[in-house]
Amino acid sequence: MFLSDEEKRMLDGEMGQGVRKAMELLVALGKTFDAERLIPITRAHVALSGQEGDTYWCGLLADGGARCKVPPTTNPAWDVTNLSKRFEVTDSELDLALRTIEVYRKIGAQLTFCCTPGLSTNVPAFGEHVAFSESSATPYVNAVLGARSNRESSVSALAAAVVGKTPLYGLHLDENRRGQFLVEVEATLEEPYDWGLLGWLVGRFSGRRVPVFNFRTLARRPSPEALLYLGAELNTSGAVPMYHIAGLTPEAPTLQAAFGSSPPEAELVVTEEDLRNQEEAISEQGGPINLVMLGCPHYSYGQIREIERLMEGRRVREGVAFWVLTSFEALELAMRSGEKERLAALGVDLVADTCIDEPCWKSFEGGLGVTDSPKCAYYRERRGQPFVIRSLEKCIEAAILGEVR
Amino acid sequence: MVEETKSYRCRCIVKGSGSGEALVSREPMCFYLCDPLTGTVIEKNHPLQGRSLAGKVLVLQSGKGSSVVQVDGFYQLWVKGNLPAAIIVAEAEPVLVSSAVVVDAVMVDRLEVNPFEAIEDGDWVEVDSTEEIVKVTKRRPEPGMRVRP
Repeated sequence: MFLSDEEKRMLDGEMGQGVRKAMELLVALGKTFDAERLIPITRAHVALSGQEGDTYWCGLLADGGARCKVPPTTNPAWDVTNLSKRFEVTDSELDLALRTIEVYRKIGAQLTFCCTPGLSTNVPAFGEHVAFSESSATPYVNAVLGARSNRESSVSALAAAVVGKTPLYGLHLDENRRGQFLVEVEATLEEPYDWGLLGWLVGRFSGRRVPVFNFRTLARRPSPEALLYLGAELNTSGAVPMYHIAGLTPEAPTLQAAFGSSPPEAELVVTEEDLRNQEEAISEQGGPINLVMLGCPHYSYGQIREIERLMEGRRVREGVAFWVLTSFEALELAMRSGEKERLAALGVDLVADTCIDEPCWKSFEGGLGVTDSPKCAYYRERRGQPFVIRSLEKCIEAAILGEVR
Repeated sequence: MVEETKSYRCRCIVKGSGSGEALVSREPMCFYLCDPLTGTVIEKNHPLQGRSLAGKVLVLQSGKGSSVVQVDGFYQLWVKGNLPAAIIVAEAEPVLVSSAVVVDAVMVDRLEVNPFEAIEDGDWVEVDSTEEIVKVTKRRPEPGMRVRP
């Protein structure tokens, strides 16, 4: 791989040990993927997690003197100020969360603590070269916005933010962005939940290929949130940072354009029944619940309003906690506009800066939860909390009944 | 039993060396869904569910799962000393490679033959990533010896 004199000096440690480690990682990636050189990036998003591995890496760079050339936005850990009052956490869990905030502040990140940067805080334009980690964010900026990012990890995105560059390979190049297999969708998709199920199903099948969705009928244009869900699940059950929807996403004005040649035969046809079977295969059976957890990825302000509409003024059953994880901006808007207070009166709590996979949620473990996110269920399994996976409307009915029927 | 050793060229992703019994996964893997204390795969329906990666040479299709958790999965296994001795990956992807670089987990790719044909569970595998060589030792019954059913 070609390195400029300045890049070589970075790799040799002339600009400090933190920059050297960051360059080492970029060069290893570049070599692995036969990149010819590094290219500048205009934006980055780091999937900060408040987990040891990630905080270790940020600390290694920051303590080695590195500061971000391109200040990245960051994923959530958990809202230390508010949730440590509501839930029991150990001193070491609290300490880790505080250390995480400290090292990311030190390295010069924008502490947005939000996993949906493409919806608001860090929105690239068409064709921008960026380094976005977070499994739901990468497909969103690629497929929906037409920006160019590889499937970065938190550590590679932070390295790119420090150096201000990324190796030129993969989805930065036209030829790797084209569709590789065709999915015919016969099912009618209504809400973000349905798009998430579709993503999970196709992700299992895709491996690392770029799927192209062709809809027999598209009842209505999917919302940004629906497209976010599609990508989140594609990139969790599979490793799919890019997709096309014929006639809808910017690099697929037609089916032919998506493939760059005549479209192949459909490898996969997805019906309503396939989606219902997929739900059944990944969801726990019904039963009494202790938790409703929404917002993986973070709920938008519009989705918070939708919760209020579906609640119809009814209260959450006693013994059931109802948490909605959202961005700081959506939370602020819900405070100003009144949803936060009205929902709190019904037993629905909104919280920003927080991920589903954090120690603050451990008091619910051992019980059954319900969520509209297969990704949430997939990651909570490790923590000993099984989830029933249902649409938002059914999650709300379960909250009111105290069980999933 | 007779032993038969073959050597193959590969490409270095993370320098170093490691040997161990082979553990083969034709499915991609999320290292976060392993128990760090034992290295045991806990992912539901994964072909390696219930088996431990610790000290093995893992022959792996690819990585999968959220970028956040793959790094932590590697880190937690590293802290507890339960990483595989080396990883031979069929299809490298950025999250997997980055995670390995952070904790210096020995990793190679581009084995000159199909790794799933050349290596099976229980083979003894020596990976020298720095020299870009993988040695595979197969144990098989001596000719004429009866294999117990």
